[in-house]
Amino acid sequence: MEFKFHVEGGDFTSAGTASSQIKKVLKQINIDPIIIKRVVVALYEAEVNIVAHAHHGDIKVKITPQQVYIRLDDEGPGIENVEKAMQKGFSTASSKVREMGFGAGMGLPNIKENADIFTVRSEVGKGTTLEITISTVNNG
Amino acid sequence: MKLRDIVQIVEAEVLCGQDQLDIEVGAAVASDLMSDVLTLKCRDFLLITGLCNVQSIRTAEMSDIHAILYVRDKLVDLEMIALGEDNNMIIMRTPCSMFKTVGRLYTAGLKPVY
Repeated sequence: MEFKFHVEGGDFTSAGTASSQIKKVLKQINIDPIIIKRVVVALYEAEVNIVAHAHHGDIKVKITPQQVYIRLDDEGPGIENVEKAMQKGFSTASSKVREMGFGAGMGLPNIKENADIFTVRSEVGKGTTLEITISTVNNG
Repeated sequence: MKLRDIVQIVEAEVLCGQDQLDIEVGAAVASDLMSDVLTLKCRDFLLITGLCNVQSIRTAEMSDIHAILYVRDKLVDLEMIALGEDNNMIIMRTPCSMFKTVGRLYTAGLKPVY
């Protein structure tokens, strides 16, 4: 099964729509609730990152019997120092993002925590690509 | 502790999920930082927050939280209530401050998530 979503930067009202739909699908196909939580928390953090930092982005979710693969491509300012951005507490979020309850520098580390495989590629001035893979077979 | 007891202890108003007040919650977390809530591995606890927006409901949805208690008589709008109803949540609102809410519930025996 494959799903595609478009996310607009700054649209906090709609942030979470993709994660919500994926959660419903995973529940329908009887995935372990603990794995569902890992998938949707990782996806939601990444979705909020697009809304908070990018101009816009696209999300692709591929669900197979073995895993959930998520790819998020955004166009935006990119991440200057990916290594730094992966550190807990490092944030470049605006005050508006903080008012929404985010921007504490915990998003990317939390995605890593929930993913089995997580890669970040970013080009300053162009955008960022995240790839998240979570196995649905082994709860590890 | 039953949600019905929580409603009574903090003089809360139930905004959706009135038919689910006999559900038991074993623990609670109090936070205005949704990033913190999203790092919690446990499920099915009470979220006590002063952050009153759609993203607090979305965070609860992703975190498998079915009961939210807003403090300081925050205005919960219709969009939030509709999203809560869609997710079968119990949304409550208390006039108490965060400090008073947490103090009363802790004294009554509600446990922290950690």
